[in-house]
Amino acid sequence: MAFLTLESLTKTFGNQTTIHGIDLAVERGEFISFLGPSGCGKTTTLRMIAGFETPTSGTIKIDGKDVTDLRPNQRNIGMVFQAYALFPNMTVADNIAFGLKVAKKSSAEITKRVKEMLELIKLPDVGARYPYQLSGGQQQRVALARALAIQPKILLLDEPLSALDAKIRISLREEIRAVQRALGITTIYVTHDQEEALSMSDRICVMNDGRIEQLGTPFEIYNYPTTRFVASFVGTLNILNGQVLDSTSGRLGIDDQEIFTARELGGASTGDTLSLALRPEALSIGHANGGSNNLNGTIDEVHFLGSVVRIRVRFGSNIVSLDTFNRPHSAPPERGQPVTVNFTREDILVLDRPAI
Amino acid sequence: MAQTTVEIAPSKPRALPLTWLGVVPFMIFALMFLILPAGYLIIGAFQTPDGSFTLQNIANLNQPTIIKAYRLSIAISAASAFGGALLGFLLAYAVVLGNLPRWIRPTMMTFSGVASNFAGVPLAFAFLATLGRSGLVTALITSIFGINIYRYGFNLLSFAGLTITYLYFQIPLMILIMTPAIDGLKREWREASAILGASTWQYWRMIAFPILWPSLLGSFLLLFANAFGAIATAYALTGSSLNIITILLFAQIRGDVLHDPHLGYALALGMILITGLSNGAYIWLRSRSERWVR
Amino acid sequence: MRARIGPWIAIIVGMIYFLVPLIATFEFSLRMKRGEYSFEAYRIVLGDPNFQASFTYSALIAVAAIIFGVLLVVPTAYVVQLKLPRLRPLVEFITLLPLVIPAIVLVFGYLRMYNSSSWIPLTNSVRGTDFLLTCAYVTLALPYMYRAVDTGLRAIDVRTLTEAAQSLGSSWPRILFQVILPNVRVAVLSGAFLTFAIVIGEFTMASLLNRPAFGPYLQLIGANRAYEPAALAIIAFIITWACMGLIQLFGGGRQNAARR
Repeated sequence: MAFLTLESLTKTFGNQTTIHGIDLAVERGEFISFLGPSGCGKTTTLRMIAGFETPTSGTIKIDGKDVTDLRPNQRNIGMVFQAYALFPNMTVADNIAFGLKVAKKSSAEITKRVKEMLELIKLPDVGARYPYQLSGGQQQRVALARALAIQPKILLLDEPLSALDAKIRISLREEIRAVQRALGITTIYVTHDQEEALSMSDRICVMNDGRIEQLGTPFEIYNYPTTRFVASFVGTLNILNGQVLDSTSGRLGIDDQEIFTARELGGASTGDTLSLALRPEALSIGHANGGSNNLNGTIDEVHFLGSVVRIRVRFGSNIVSLDTFNRPHSAPPERGQPVTVNFTREDILVLDRPAI
Repeated sequence: MAQTTVEIAPSKPRALPLTWLGVVPFMIFALMFLILPAGYLIIGAFQTPDGSFTLQNIANLNQPTIIKAYRLSIAISAASAFGGALLGFLLAYAVVLGNLPRWIRPTMMTFSGVASNFAGVPLAFAFLATLGRSGLVTALITSIFGINIYRYGFNLLSFAGLTITYLYFQIPLMILIMTPAIDGLKREWREASAILGASTWQYWRMIAFPILWPSLLGSFLLLFANAFGAIATAYALTGSSLNIITILLFAQIRGDVLHDPHLGYALALGMILITGLSNGAYIWLRSRSERWVR
Repeated sequence: MRARIGPWIAIIVGMIYFLVPLIATFEFSLRMKRGEYSFEAYRIVLGDPNFQASFTYSALIAVAAIIFGVLLVVPTAYVVQLKLPRLRPLVEFITLLPLVIPAIVLVFGYLRMYNSSSWIPLTNSVRGTDFLLTCAYVTLALPYMYRAVDTGLRAIDVRTLTEAAQSLGSSWPRILFQVILPNVRVAVLSGAFLTFAIVIGEFTMASLLNRPAFGPYLQLIGANRAYEPAALAIIAFIITWACMGLIQLFGGGRQNAARR
């Protein structure tokens, strides 16, 4: 039995429905990310779990207990907010102790727990400081400690790294994950950053327009997106429009060139337009990796990114990006140069049909 | 003066005159119309008419009339500041956090801007027309409840009456000051405290109130000084019959009562001391309670 | 979120407290003619030459105080912001002094310092006293005027504007009057209307300096008449409202833009 379950959770503001009947089961100790663009409903869902928003219908169960109608302060949930949620009038130690004080724990127990928490976040000496004396990254670590101090059943993180700069984001996300593993706490992590979701999660729940688009491991989500939305939102996938020429043999037309898929195009009939996804790392220039699909195009743009060179190639109306490693002894190709892009049949992902 | 400076410092031909232009007139003005006049009174309070040092003027304040006047002034100022701060805070809270319809907030703010400046003589007229002996509300209470409030000891020209009148500008002033402060309470603080198990009351006691405390205290003291120095409303309501310190000093300046300017200086010194001390206390308390502010 | 009853009660009680005196005053002001409501009190007040004279006088002093105040405050706030930030605490302290020292104490000091037997006998002549009253009003409005201008200057990037103008070869007065002042026009205007609202009915200073201003006129009418004061209170309220309305009108758009 799942530890946290959402059953046909729906939220309506006025006459606008923002969450359309979400069903989700989270296992004990699992780290699950809600990934999606702003306004997709991920934060609203999180806030319903926390109790800040009341669902219009549906139920939320934690550890088998229905908490849908409980107030936030009765749910025993830990939460880390986007930023600036530390109480500015309290020291770091008092911030961490807050939940314990409210729960009327003994002062000896509080002192001990605060010390443990400060060690857990590797900031053992900042207890007497005020939040403003800490860096943003340190503040978020304290916020994590404060959320965990009450030994919550579930930890919710609402874009906790989005206000920090890039380097700290990476080190902190590793730290959050390590703490989560060490405590084995069931965690929901809201983010719009696909890299964060991919690197941290056990499973990712990609959301769009108040619905779950796809639920799966980072590997599944990245390699086998099931919808065009997931494909375009997760990773920099190339999306091509292909015309079905022969569904049984998987023959597709990309403008005036032809490629083949590995499998039959079941259900599609000749003349249909399909969305095809190609990952940048699956593509290569020339015939080097021996894939059976070749597309001829011209180089549209070359971005030198250091160890990787990202090249954009245009075939008629379609554009793809591909990555090559930097080779110090050979100059990258130039704009306008004609090239052949090679990939295997298996690399083509057929997505749902485009809306148009 | 500026001209000669230009010639002396040709390397910075335009910077100096502007700096002078910005600061010197302002400082001269502050000296002439704020610091010296106040200083003149303060020094005068310790001088005999022929200019030698004395404490006699201060000692002369110890007269029943003057002591009573200070007391009444402080009482009215404290009561109206306390009432204004409390009610203004509640209204500001309701406006910001009460989930009221959107139009209420701008309406309230504009109205507060008007009402906080609607003091002085016209305010006295308005309250005479409302709660005076033949005021509308007085008449309404008489006809509805059959009670003449004046027969039960109410008097607009009294501590209670003046306090109620002063509240008319004190409450809006408080609303204007507190609304931004309450706006400054972040939603995340309330939510973080709730998710950590705190009740609304605990949130207010442990987080919101300590954060707002300096603004609350500062506003109270500002309201206090605001009422303490006020005279026009009281004077228009009561003529010179109400014995508050501003009216006493007013009469003293006019030369109606006491013919000793040095006693006037001492009266003024007392007023500066009271408002100055309350502001000093505010600055001190603020620096203590705001250690956590950048 | 739940709609709660408490805030509604607070707002409604507040509105009653604020509106009832206005309604009562208005009703009272209409009762001059026996047995019927009329605008007789307003007709008498507005037709009173003393009303017109004292109002004009106070309006003129207010305008003078506004101009003087702007000329005093804008360069100071500008220089403090750009050149001498060290002076900020001192200047801010000075601008807050008028909130600490009661007006009646200040004017008492003026009367002693600038009387006929002093070095600067301003009170000897009518012009001198008018000047003194103007300065007194500048002082009264100083906290509000300085605040408004300082906030306005913070909202624009003074340094960049100044450097841009300098690089184009502008002289200092030009920068101040043609670059900075237009950019803080909104702030200056709201300071100006606030000054006007504070000063127009001011009683204590005008009365003690013996000038025929609107405040003392109001007081005199209040002491001698029954219905006219109510009419005057309504007129004064409308004037205050107009000043605040104008502040909103000029400042509203920009404030909202800044908030977003």
